[in-house]
Amino acid sequence: MSDMTHEPDSFAFTPEYLEKAKAFIAKYPKGRQQSAVMPLLDLAQRQDGWVSRAAMEVIADMLEMAPIRVEEVATFYTMYNRKPVGKFHVQVCTNLPCMLRGSDDVAAAAKAALGVEFGDMTKDGLFTLSEVECLGACVNAPMMQINDDYYEDLTAETTKAVLEAFKRGETPKPGPQNGRQFSCPAGGPTSLTELSFQGGKA
Amino acid sequence: MLRDSDRIFTNLYGLHDWRLAGARARGDWDGTKEILAKGRDWIIEEMKNSGLRGRGGAGFPTGVKWSFMPKTEGPRPHYLVINADEGEPGTCKDREMMRFDPHKLIEGALIASFAIGAHAAYIYIRGEFVREAEHLNYAIDEARAAGLLGPNACGSGWDCEVYVHRGAGAYICGEESALIESLEGKKGQPRLKPPFPAGVGLYGCPTTVNNVESIAVAPTILRRGASWFAGLGKPNNTGTKVFCISGHVNTPCNVEEEMGIPLKDLIEKHAGGVRGGWDNLLAIIPGGSSVPMLNKQQCEEVTMDFDALRAMRSGLGTAAVIVMDKSTDLVRGIARLSKFYWHESCGQCTPCREGTGWMYRMMQRMVTGNAELSEIDLLEEISRQIEGHTICALGDAAAWPVQGLIRTFRPELERRIKERQAKIQAA
Repeated sequence: MSDMTHEPDSFAFTPEYLEKAKAFIAKYPKGRQQSAVMPLLDLAQRQDGWVSRAAMEVIADMLEMAPIRVEEVATFYTMYNRKPVGKFHVQVCTNLPCMLRGSDDVAAAAKAALGVEFGDMTKDGLFTLSEVECLGACVNAPMMQINDDYYEDLTAETTKAVLEAFKRGETPKPGPQNGRQFSCPAGGPTSLTELSFQGGKA
Repeated sequence: MLRDSDRIFTNLYGLHDWRLAGARARGDWDGTKEILAKGRDWIIEEMKNSGLRGRGGAGFPTGVKWSFMPKTEGPRPHYLVINADEGEPGTCKDREMMRFDPHKLIEGALIASFAIGAHAAYIYIRGEFVREAEHLNYAIDEARAAGLLGPNACGSGWDCEVYVHRGAGAYICGEESALIESLEGKKGQPRLKPPFPAGVGLYGCPTTVNNVESIAVAPTILRRGASWFAGLGKPNNTGTKVFCISGHVNTPCNVEEEMGIPLKDLIEKHAGGVRGGWDNLLAIIPGGSSVPMLNKQQCEEVTMDFDALRAMRSGLGTAAVIVMDKSTDLVRGIARLSKFYWHESCGQCTPCREGTGWMYRMMQRMVTGNAELSEIDLLEEISRQIEGHTICALGDAAAWPVQGLIRTFRPELERRIKERQAKIQAA
């Protein structure tokens, strides 16, 4: 049995999150409100940083589901944190395409910068470091996700720089950290050079 | 090389405005009403004639899939579900389409919904793609506000809503029936087939599930004509395709090219060549982690299309090309993939739930040579006992990389085992 001491007695969506929850429920046909369980778990996690048992019970009630069905979902999907995580959840991809481009170095640099191993939270509660499976940014490998943003084309140095910036309270610019244009080849495009549009720049 | 004027994803690199004004300047939402006015049968026939094969990996003809839906709507509504749960290691194409060309997908969603008789489409996007989901939602709101989507979409008389549903980190939800389960608010565990989704899909209703790329290319195909698309690529492997080239190349990238482009050309023209030169190549996984790897000789000959790769006992898959040069610890690489499949097995079928763990543990020992020579055959046997014995293809996907390794690089496995044994004997 895991340590349950951190489980709060109750949970309630804030009015703002409750509005969002209702909007999600409205996206699915009448009587199919169970479909909203994933977005509502996500909302609970955005509010509290993790998904507590109390939150699952509230969601079960809102969607007229048995609590065990909500817990099944919450434990099946890896993105739901069943225990508190740091303010910044740092997730390093170590799958093959990242491994080939140096994710070992990124992982080592992240561990050194934060002083924790994979699966751990820093003592100040600022960071949790996790090892994750492929995040789908393979041509910008190696990469890590910090909360909702991807940091790509990393080296040991830029990994450290990004994390140190977060420590200082800054939010470094997401995306490639080597100056390249998203998934365009470094050094310039080999296609899409002959077109011009009236639509303006990004 | 494919001409720029024949490229569909003209904002692949995010150089231009991805919002409605920018999308319209690039030709999206042009004449959509007229396309819909030609009717369901014309659209489906045109899609069939284009030769488009599903871009999610299996390569099933998209138009044929649409034709499986009931011709008239009965008491059960029809649904379109778009598979944006991109998670096959090596694959990162749908992400670029969704964040930089979201209107292509949304216009495609309207056209496909109309063609299959659906008034609602759900885009199931992997949970980690938070920003991409934001772009999609923004684009949907824009399209609704402009009357392109929603009631009487584009003035066609057809009501159509498109919704974004975020996943939460489960690779298995890329399997269409697991995706449907997940969308219904359950664990993402695949269903037995039959029944197929066209008969019994989302909420027990007729459903078509298509990959992002298959849907996003549909409007351009219908605007420019089936013969244009069919004239690109090779027979039975028509059109263009976005390739993801990762690993040991000088300039990893996504690029849209013609189907059937030689693998070597693809890498040399767009990805700056193999790191250290072509002769430094060890092996390539040509279609995402689930397809068997090719050795250097095969890489020199193969073209990037469904049939040519199948003939080499591999596959086009998602067209995610993972390049490995001679510095690669190939055994460790495949062991990492074994860990991935073990982690992502949904646990429903015993051969996969248990077998992926066995393979991963054995592969870990193969990395250091901590095994007997006879265990190579044992590993192969385990993989055969998983392959074909599970509800979905994850079991096969887990087995094939290991089988590919044994088939192509058995001497390397033997060398590690013998080396370790010699070391122990010497000590």
